[in-house]
Parts: sequence; structure tokens; C-alpha cells
Amino acid sequence: MTLAPLPYRVVDRRDETHDTVTLVLEPAGEALSPFAPGQFAMLYAFGVGEVPVSVSRTPDARRLTHTVRAVGAVTRALCGLRTGAWVGVRGPFGTCWDLAAARGHDLLVIAGGIGLAPLRPLIDAVLADAREYGRLNVLAGARSPRELLYQDEFPAWGRPFGAATVDRPDDDWTGRVGVVTTLLGEARFTPADTTAFVCGPEVMMRVTARDLLHRGVRPDRVQVSLERNMRCATGHCGHCQLGPLLLCRDGPVVGYDRAEPLLTVREL
Amino acid sequence: MTPQTDGPTAEAALTALPAEHRTRLMALAREAAFPGATRIFEEGGEADRFWVIRSGTVALDVHVPGRGQAVVETIGRGALLGWSWLCPPRRWHLGAETRGPVRAWEFDAAAVRGLCSERPELGLALVTVVAETIGDRLRATRTRLLDLYGPPGSPGNGTGP
Ligand SMILES: Cc1cc2nc3c(=O)[nH]c(=O)nc-3n(C[C@H](O)[C@H](O)[C@H](O)COP(=O)(O)OP(=O)(O)OC[C@H]3O[C@@H](n4cnc5c(N)ncnc54)[C@H](O)[C@@H]3O)c2cc1C
Ligand code: FES
Repeated sequence: MTLAPLPYRVVDRRDETHDTVTLVLEPAGEALSPFAPGQFAMLYAFGVGEVPVSVSRTPDARRLTHTVRAVGAVTRALCGLRTGAWVGVRGPFGTCWDLAAARGHDLLVIAGGIGLAPLRPLIDAVLADAREYGRLNVLAGARSPRELLYQDEFPAWGRPFGAATVDRPDDDWTGRVGVVTTLLGEARFTPADTTAFVCGPEVMMRVTARDLLHRGVRPDRVQVSLERNMRCATGHCGHCQLGPLLLCRDGPVVGYDRAEPLLTVREL
Repeated sequence: MTPQTDGPTAEAALTALPAEHRTRLMALAREAAFPGATRIFEEGGEADRFWVIRSGTVALDVHVPGRGQAVVETIGRGALLGWSWLCPPRRWHLGAETRGPVRAWEFDAAAVRGLCSERPELGLALVTVVAETIGDRLRATRTRLLDLYGPPGSPGNGTGP
């Protein structure tokens, strides 16, 4: 891990939705150490600022793939980058999805909105090694069809069960309507032998985790990815603190047994 | 709610019923099959039946003037379709339309209510199951009102994961 950003060049870009772009980055010289699914990089848009962004695919040890939603100044600048543009990159940071703990289990991968981005490398890893795991269920929720990521990849993820649902359908949407937790009713898993990976806005993760626990999944087998504003990403500045955790170091991936008491208190 | 072991069974909505009650209730069920795009019931119509979905998906909708039917929720295998039959005014408060072929167990509401008053224990168990479904749908609706994918303070189109 380096503390100064390394220069990377945008070698590919793809518009995923009206406000979300996937960038593929290649190092100009030295490359960062390989990222594991769930980890994040600090991406520096020159002259604008630096933000944490998860890896959304790990195609090889050198290249980095990130999916960024434009919500403010820095993410807008990143989404506006064209092929050939430069970005500064630090990382890899944070904890990763604990796939080793999920061996032999049924898997629930549950995403809300752009939360599907950090989960995609996990899905790739599971599909590449499918015999090590039980049944894979990919459940994705989004506010509307135009915010649903990676729609073309769903057919490959849909075996044995994959489904997307939206809150607000448009006239062309023929899929499910309703919150993502309603898909759990049709997923195929044995609760006592299931590991769940959940990423989305905090309220979505809380509602989902509660539902999973209610169905008999163990809290320590529900992994969530928590976010706080980050600055140093190295455990020094304290910007990302959540109770006793510094999320740039102890997160973003945390077991729900640890996360729940921190997410349910009103103020910290 | 009963933990599922292998995805929902076709009667998942009824698995919480004691076996004896379930058998009595299922004796009243008849098989129903609908092709795709069938309107099963209309908002405001008489709620004289209900269904437990065995396969396929049903979309629940409301009529929006000028826009036609707006889908508010979809339900699938194992779900209870319809609870307006349970208490007055016994009129559907949503419309229902199949998305592709649907197979279901169909129950005549009056016959089921009759069975419930004959056997209050079964009635209580069934009402508890239906109340759980209503509770699930209410929770889901409230959660959607929270705007799950766009945390407070974020701009209109949501923020990071
Ligand atoms: C570990 C981690 C991984 C992330 N992975 C991704 C990813 O893969 N793709 C992606 O698009 N985004 C990701 N984010 C969120 C991303 O970092 C924020 O959207 C970004 O920091 C916003 O910066 P900005 O300057 O564009 O917007 P700002 O002008 O700073 O903020 C715009 C809006 O975003 C909110 N916001 C700002 N920072 C954060 C934050 N860190 N988390 C949540 N909301 C924030 C603000 O409250 C505001 O509503 C991740 C965040 C973390 C902490
Ligand atoms: S971002 Fe500085 S301590 Fe985590």
C-alpha cells in the first residue's frame, strides 16, 4: 500500500446508467497491490478531490475497475473522465468480503442501488469457483429501472436464483416491484447454512439484516459494507469513525453481529 | 415466520398453520391456472375469493387516472394473493394481473369464513397467518416510503452504496 497516489490512466469507460459510469484503470508505471472483493481505493480527480470507491471487478492483478455514481463534485469529475485521462489512486484499503467463511454455504448476495458494484467481484469469484459453495442467490433492488446496474450480467448470475426489483417501475419494466427483501421469499437457501453479503444504503442494510435474522440466518454470517466519509483511509484522521471502529481500517465489510449495535443507536 | 429450507413451498403462506388445520383448509382448495396478462381482480370488485400462488408472478396495481394501471408490488410463489375478503367491506383495494402463466390454489372466501366460524381455533390460526401477510406488506410499504436507496440528505438520485 502506498500513501501517495499512483498515476493511473483510464483505458476504458462505460456508461452504466444515466448517472453511473464504470472506469477501467491501468497503472502508468508501478501498480498497487491486488485488491480483494470488498476493498476500496481512494480515487483522486486532479484538481477536484479524493473519494473512496470500491473495486467493482478485479480483472487482473494490475488493472482496476470502479463503478462510480455522480453525486457531488468529485464523483461528477470522475464520471466525466474520458479514455486516456489520468487519475491518482491509493489503496487497497479496508476489509474484504469473507468468502472463505462462506465455503459450503448457500450464498445470498443482496444489493441496493450502487451497492451492487462492490458485490460484483464477489459474484465473479463465486461463479469462478462454484463447486466450493452452495446455492447462489443474487438479489438486487433499485429505486427505478434506470438505476439498476449491470442488467446485461443478470442472466449469468440468475442461476439458480437471481432477481431484481424496483420501487418505482416505468412503463417498460416487466420485472418485480417492491423492496429488495420481498425477493427473499423466493430465494433458495437453508438459513442455518447461509452466508449473506449485503451492500446498500444503511437503512436498506438494516431492514435486510433484520429480515435475514428473522428467517434464521446467524448475525455473524451476515456481512455488511459500511460507509462513512473518509479522508486519510489509513486509520489516522478519525473521519470514518463509527463507535469503536475506524471504517477505513476495520471496515467497510463488517459482520452484522458487530455492526448492529452501532447502526441502531440514535447518535454516536 | 417459518424458516425456509429450500425456497418457498407452493403453500408457503399456509405452512405456519398446524397440519390438521392446513389439511381441512386445503380440502376447500381448487386448482386454478391463469394465462399471462389475466386480470384476476379489479380494484373495488367484490373480494369473494383468494389464492395461494404455486408458480408465476402476479402484479398488484392501482388505477391512476391518465396513466392506467400503476404496479405497486409483485408477488410470487408461496404468497397469499388477496386479504380483502377477510373483513368488511370485502372489496379489493388493488387490482391484480398475472405476469406470465400462474398456477394457484383458489379458495372460496365464504366457504373459508364458514369453516373458521365452525372451528374457531382454525379461524384464529388462519387470521394470524393472514395478519402476518398484511404485516409483511405494511412493513414493505413503509420501508419503500423511507426511500430505501436514497438516504436522507442525499440528492434526488441517491448517493454511494
Ligand atoms: C468504503 C466506501 C466505498 C465506496 N464505494 C463507492 C463505489 O463503489 N461507487 C460509488 O459511486 N460511490 C462509492 N462510495 C461513495 C463515494 O465515496 C461518495 O459518493 C463520494 O465520496 C461523494 O463525493 P463527492 O465529492 O462526489 O460528493 P459530495 O459533494 O462530497 O457529497 C454528495 C453527496 O454524497 C454524500 N456522501 C459524501 N461522501 C459520502 C460517503 N463516503 N458515503 C456516502 N455518502 C457520501 C453526501 O452526504 C452528499 O449527499 C464509497 C464510499 C465508501 C466510504
Ligand atoms: S479515514 Fe482517516 S481514520 Fe479512517
